[in-house]
Amino acid sequence: MAESTRDIKRRVKGISNIKQITKAMELIASVRLRRAREKLERTRPYYRTIYDNIRQVLSSAGNISHPYLDKREGNKTLYIVVTADRGLAGGFNSNIIKLTEEEIKDKKDSSFLITVGLKGRDYFRRKGYNIVHELVGMTENPTFSHAKQIGQKVMEMYKEGEVDAVKIVYTKFITTISQETNMLKLLPSEDLREGEEVKSSVIEYEPSPEAVLDFLIPKYIESVIYGALMESSCSQQGARRTAMENATDNAEEMLEELQLSYNRARQAAITMEITEIVTGAEALK
Amino acid sequence: MGFYLEIVTPDRFFFSGEVDRVIVRGVEGDLAVLKNRAPLVTPLAIGKIRILQDGKERVAATAGGYINVQKDKTTIIADSAEWPDEIDVERAKEAKARAERRLKEQAEGLDIIRAENALKRALNRLEVANLKKYDEEKFDR
Repeated sequence: MAESTRDIKRRVKGISNIKQITKAMELIASVRLRRAREKLERTRPYYRTIYDNIRQVLSSAGNISHPYLDKREGNKTLYIVVTADRGLAGGFNSNIIKLTEEEIKDKKDSSFLITVGLKGRDYFRRKGYNIVHELVGMTENPTFSHAKQIGQKVMEMYKEGEVDAVKIVYTKFITTISQETNMLKLLPSEDLREGEEVKSSVIEYEPSPEAVLDFLIPKYIESVIYGALMESSCSQQGARRTAMENATDNAEEMLEELQLSYNRARQAAITMEITEIVTGAEALK
Repeated sequence: MGFYLEIVTPDRFFFSGEVDRVIVRGVEGDLAVLKNRAPLVTPLAIGKIRILQDGKERVAATAGGYINVQKDKTTIIADSAEWPDEIDVERAKEAKARAERRLKEQAEGLDIIRAENALKRALNRLEVANLKKYDEEKFDR
């Protein structure tokens, strides 16, 4: 029985070590989450404002025709998939990957991917999808220039007719404990046109409505991408924090159970020893 | 009595409040917006924003973006915006030197427009940062 108590002790030690690590990761994730959240709060006004603005312009601009707004015939689609660089974030990466793969698995040839984050890139590369562009190592701290970089690539491909639609898959940050995977259509943005027709006074466009849209739509795309990157980076920390919190809790639970069985084993060993001594003494009489 | 102005950049809510006048550098030239201006949307060039508020003028350096004048409020969306005292002069100087060197060398595959824009941004920042110095000198006297 002595063997068994030693085994249990070893396991307790191992689990405590793991618990320390998960606890530390939880703390790091909460700090980063707070920072990411502050940043998200600061950037939300930006892309909300742009979104509202563009809707307003389009609804009052009437029937301006613009290549970015009109639906196309083809079915080649570009997906921007926002994952994390690192794992241990619960279902964060796998949810995104699952959502994307469900959408594209039957049309591998007509789907193109821009992957953000190591995890997504590795997965889709291994599965042999067409990855046209990748960004890694920045998911925890995305900046506007990253969004710009993706946006330029997207618009270039769309303009050249290499793709007919663009969608972005990201994780929306709702609260610290709840995040939601989301797929959003970026191009063509014909949906932007829908909604109530604002019959406001005529808006002036300088130099011309077309030129303004030429400028506004890329801006819109960049800001949506930026928003998605920010939301995802925040969600990532939230998911990681929750996952690590659960892991710590589980470790604690296991430790408690092991402590019980350790005590039991120890007790059993003592009892056995006493029995042996008593039996031995008895035999000597 | 003025009108409501909001300036938003990707990383923060830069400015909001009642102002009397705002002058921006549009792609077609400088443009002053006063109260009750007809609705207008136009992209902005790299330049200064001058805000007149309660008889005082505040200047900020901005790069890119657009202005949207509406009946009830005016919104400026900028790629970046800085008050004079927030400008990192050293960084702007470095950026200026870098852009000038690139334009001079004309290396193959150089994105000339990008380099020119970088130069413009750096010069604009330096100019606005100098404005502050100038103001302080005036103030000291």
